[in-house]
Amino acid sequence: MIKIKNLTKYYGDLCAVDNVSFDIKKGEILALLGPNGAGKTTIYRIITGYLKPTRGNIEVMNYNIYDHMMEIKNKIGYLPEAAPIYKDLLVYDYLDFVADIRGIEKDKKLDHIKSLGDLCGLNDVMHMTIHELSKGYRQRVGIAHALMGDPEILVLDEPTAGLDPNQIVETREIIKRIGKKKTIIYSTHILSEAEATCDRIVIINKGKIVADDTLEGLRKSLKNQSFENIFMKLTKGN
Amino acid sequence: MKNIKNIFRKEFKTYFISPIAYIVISVFLIIIGWLFFSTFFLEKQASLTKFFSLLPITFAFIIPAVTMRLFSEEINIGSYELLITLPLSFREIILGKFFAAVAFVAIMLSPTLLYAFSTSLIGDLDWGPVIGGYFGAILLGASFSAVGLLASSFTKNQVVAFIIGMAICFSLTLLIDFVLFFIPNVFIGFLQYLSANYHFQNIAKGVLDLRDIIYFLSLSFVALYATNLVIEEKK
Repeated sequence: MIKIKNLTKYYGDLCAVDNVSFDIKKGEILALLGPNGAGKTTIYRIITGYLKPTRGNIEVMNYNIYDHMMEIKNKIGYLPEAAPIYKDLLVYDYLDFVADIRGIEKDKKLDHIKSLGDLCGLNDVMHMTIHELSKGYRQRVGIAHALMGDPEILVLDEPTAGLDPNQIVETREIIKRIGKKKTIIYSTHILSEAEATCDRIVIINKGKIVADDTLEGLRKSLKNQSFENIFMKLTKGN
Repeated sequence: MKNIKNIFRKEFKTYFISPIAYIVISVFLIIIGWLFFSTFFLEKQASLTKFFSLLPITFAFIIPAVTMRLFSEEINIGSYELLITLPLSFREIILGKFFAAVAFVAIMLSPTLLYAFSTSLIGDLDWGPVIGGYFGAILLGASFSAVGLLASSFTKNQVVAFIIGMAICFSLTLLIDFVLFFIPNVFIGFLQYLSANYHFQNIAKGVLDLRDIIYFLSLSFVALYATNLVIEEKK
């Protein structure tokens, strides 16, 4: 589904992503883990076309990012870190705007927005201005933004960061529910969450991949230690 | 094309949600109304010439205030990332925002039509220059909007965007008037061609010269194209 090949990104002299390669299969939920500043967000930004790589290539469903970015953008729903959404619009107006851009037909639009409202628990706040919302609700608007138009791939950058425990559980439920039909790549700092939701785990540190395996595989290779210990061992010295 | 309309609608709506739109429109009408009518009755002429001669300098600081948020605010709050990663081309984003600014300028200008009607009641108003003047005002507003949009794409700080936009618009307005005395004659024609004020006053006289129209269209095009290069460079 997504093939990342020798991806490298420099910001000036700083190497944020260093020769990273991995594939994501169709229907997989992949957790991209790593300490802050490891390069996760940079990888997401390149996949979604916000940044250009310095070297390397990404193919999404056989479209490469250099020639067919528009087709790729059509397939991907993206939630950036902290869901930075227009503050002045009503929730409904914002979702309506995204629905128009995603090319959803007029007669299906209302139903689609309603069903996303149900899924993300937004129906109570549809007619509130986004800047009035709490962080958790804003995050849900961001998830609804990413899900708009039923994209086949979801890229979620720390979807549970800054939420309260109830909201974290709810968001995790949403990811699990939609993950049955979609390919998801996402990151989190809560390792138990990755354990609970993901099929495969890629850990990066300082722009390099230090582990790429299923959770079982990781456990096996590191003698049944706890996931926290594995994570610390692999990303130590940061 | 459909996406240009979507962006346009969103931006246009956002203008009137925030109080900025109403403040900018009020300031514009107060300043231009006061400057125009303070000498209107002294001249004893039923003409809007004075109004149109004031327009470029007023636009030069009002329009950058209209356009300053278009990119700066998005870059600042981060919604720029959402916008870029939606299936939209840069061209659609830029044109949508540009047309929203031009539509806003047209709305801002529309109450001044009352000046024309009230003037026509007290004297014999020549409508040719008035129509030319409004046509020119839209062209002028469009090119300054494009310049303001370019300034907005440089920075995430709206104040900086405003000052850069205003500096460019002022230079384009005052270019010929200020430097006229200091430069050799050979350059005057060249500088005159660069001056937005010069071309606008030509149209406002009621003379439709293709050169003036081309000037404004090419100024808009150059500024929008430069905007495209700037946001392309951000990747």
